[in-house]
Amino acid sequence: MRAVHRSINCKRWAIGALMLLYGLHLAPHALAQEQESDPKTKTKEKGKWGEVHGNVQFDAQYYNPDSAIGAQPVPEKLLMNGFANLIYTKGNFTAGVRYENYMNPMLGFDQRYKGHGIPYRYASFDNDFLSITVGHYYEQFGSGMILRAYEERGLGFDNVLDGARVKATLLGGIRLKALIGKQRLYWETGEGIVRGFDGEVDFNETFKALAEKDLRVTLGGSFVSKYQEDTDPDFELPENVGSYAFRGGIRYRKWFLSAEYVHKDNDPQATNTIFYEGVERRNYSPGSAFLGTLTYSQKGLGVALTAKRTDNMDFRSDRRAAGFDLNINYLPALTQQHTYQLAGSLYPYATQPNGEWAFQVDIDYRIPKNTKLGGKRGLGLRFNYSEIHGLVTQVTPEGSGLNSTAFGLGDLYFRDINFEVQKTVSAKFKFNVQYLNIAYNKDVVEGVAGYGTLFTNIAIADMTYKVAPRHALRLEVQGLWVKDRADLGDWAMALLEYTWSPHFFIAVTDQWNYGNKDAAKRLHYPSVFVGYTHNASRITLGYGRQRAGILCVGGICRTIPASNGVSLTLMTSF
Amino acid sequence: MVLFLPMLLIGFISEAQIAKKNWDLPAVNVKTLDGKTFSTGDLDNGGRPIIVSFWATWCKPCVLELSTIAELYADWQEETGVKLVAISIDDARNVSKVPPFVNGKDWDYEVYLDPNADFKRAMNVNTVPHTFLLNGQGQVVFQHNAYAPGDEHHLYSKVKELVGK
Repeated sequence: MRAVHRSINCKRWAIGALMLLYGLHLAPHALAQEQESDPKTKTKEKGKWGEVHGNVQFDAQYYNPDSAIGAQPVPEKLLMNGFANLIYTKGNFTAGVRYENYMNPMLGFDQRYKGHGIPYRYASFDNDFLSITVGHYYEQFGSGMILRAYEERGLGFDNVLDGARVKATLLGGIRLKALIGKQRLYWETGEGIVRGFDGEVDFNETFKALAEKDLRVTLGGSFVSKYQEDTDPDFELPENVGSYAFRGGIRYRKWFLSAEYVHKDNDPQATNTIFYEGVERRNYSPGSAFLGTLTYSQKGLGVALTAKRTDNMDFRSDRRAAGFDLNINYLPALTQQHTYQLAGSLYPYATQPNGEWAFQVDIDYRIPKNTKLGGKRGLGLRFNYSEIHGLVTQVTPEGSGLNSTAFGLGDLYFRDINFEVQKTVSAKFKFNVQYLNIAYNKDVVEGVAGYGTLFTNIAIADMTYKVAPRHALRLEVQGLWVKDRADLGDWAMALLEYTWSPHFFIAVTDQWNYGNKDAAKRLHYPSVFVGYTHNASRITLGYGRQRAGILCVGGICRTIPASNGVSLTLMTSF
Repeated sequence: MVLFLPMLLIGFISEAQIAKKNWDLPAVNVKTLDGKTFSTGDLDNGGRPIIVSFWATWCKPCVLELSTIAELYADWQEETGVKLVAISIDDARNVSKVPPFVNGKDWDYEVYLDPNADFKRAMNVNTVPHTFLLNGQGQVVFQHNAYAPGDEHHLYSKVKELVGK
């Protein structure tokens, strides 16, 4: 019954959005017809009925049974995810819709995506002073630690807000935002209502006398609150949970210092429960988060230092939600985002929202060309160090929350020390080598027990050789070694890619778990990919085994299961 | 109702300009590397072409593309007056690293930050790297997804076409 109701609702919205688009498109049409009597304005109005642009992506996979790698059986044999965005623009007016289709969701995506419909539609009007959006909108306040509505299509993450938003710009440098809405929960909408207000002042923009000064200062603040009815028969839970944040940024020539502090009122929910005398209990402690960054940069050198402390900052518009559901805020992981297979998908870090202290140092240096070390073309160096610990916490005497010490460092959650060298040897040959040393507390990061902390070394070499101006060969070789061959043990990986610009590519790759303690699990994961690109359209066909792993985009991670089969991706933008 | 809907859609689309060859860049607020708000509608190169390239610090092919063009950029600018505008889609996790990263690489591009993907969404970018070429009037005349070594020659041939060389 509920499903039927939802689909009708969905259709009604689709029709509404289209009628809105159509109505707005007819208005200028009528105007243009009136003006046809005047030959002077006729040419002026020509082609001014607005524009439609969009993009489309389909991902499909045909699954082969493969019990050796633990691939789950797929009764449908073929699964597909797809979406299409359409954006209509006419002057200051914009409207858009997204159609999504999961028949059925591909392995690794939440099964609640099953089905199809239009989960995203909006209309907005903008001018120099005001911007008004009704329907769905994405938004971020400050660094996002208090509020961030965003999407990562590749992960199946989408916490878009549905409601209304107004943005205003005063005196050039004062920016205000106010919003209200409910969040997307797959094909439904979360129960809680999110209200938010954000203001930011750029002093150098607002005060003309400061416009050209070397010192630049911005200050900002946000307030976000959620409302959810308390239906619990036994407990009195806060129905309104408020949260506020302050932020500031100071720039002086090559230096930049920025910081944000967030406080959240007590918000007992499913994801922050505590254990008191062996019993799981609600946590009534407030939450907080701090993020500070200091950077220095000049031509050829960049340094960034970052520190973050989060404590009980999981913030959702439904107190029962968990996983990827109904997050109001975003807590960035302060670690290097690796994209090479073995470095990026076996042991990546995911932020622990209930509490952590994180530190990061990042240095980019380019040894200039025509020097002894730099050679004819210069040499790029990059160093990154990050370390993350839990907080030191204690259950409050009455057992209603957790107290934490401000600077105490608890268990090690993650550490990554990595170094990279990029060298262009000649116009034809360039390479990139990287070494990583990672400590990964598997029990904490993955929420499992009995694995402890894994210590790994990873080496990567990536070489590109240009055979001819439009033909290139690229070879990637990677190795991963785990101390005591713990967990899955050691891995090797190689990838050979041939590209023929601007259209064609073919790649063959193999990952080999040669150092698994269990000889029966020393498996190969070979695959082959062929792709064709034409301007902004691309088709990729793949065949092979995919290792189970963790796919991370933008700092959040999703576990992807092992699979074997044929995959097809089609995407285009227009 | 079932018939009515597609008819409306067809009627509407046939009148509006769908993906026409030259289209205006949407005006979306992004940030400059020194923290100012900038509207993409104000991108200007004095009547000469502009390359708009979406990238991220963690995207290897993006960095390869921008590093490759960096070596040719002085020649390109001298010959055609083209300007490259690099739009970083790095989010809160990496956005503070972008200015040091760009300086560390010694790139001479105009770089903007799009940390919540507002401009990326308005431009219908599926994945990075994604490159657009704008003519002297600031209209999009060409776009390309992905990067393979040599793609820069293809892009530059389009730039030269625009300036009539």
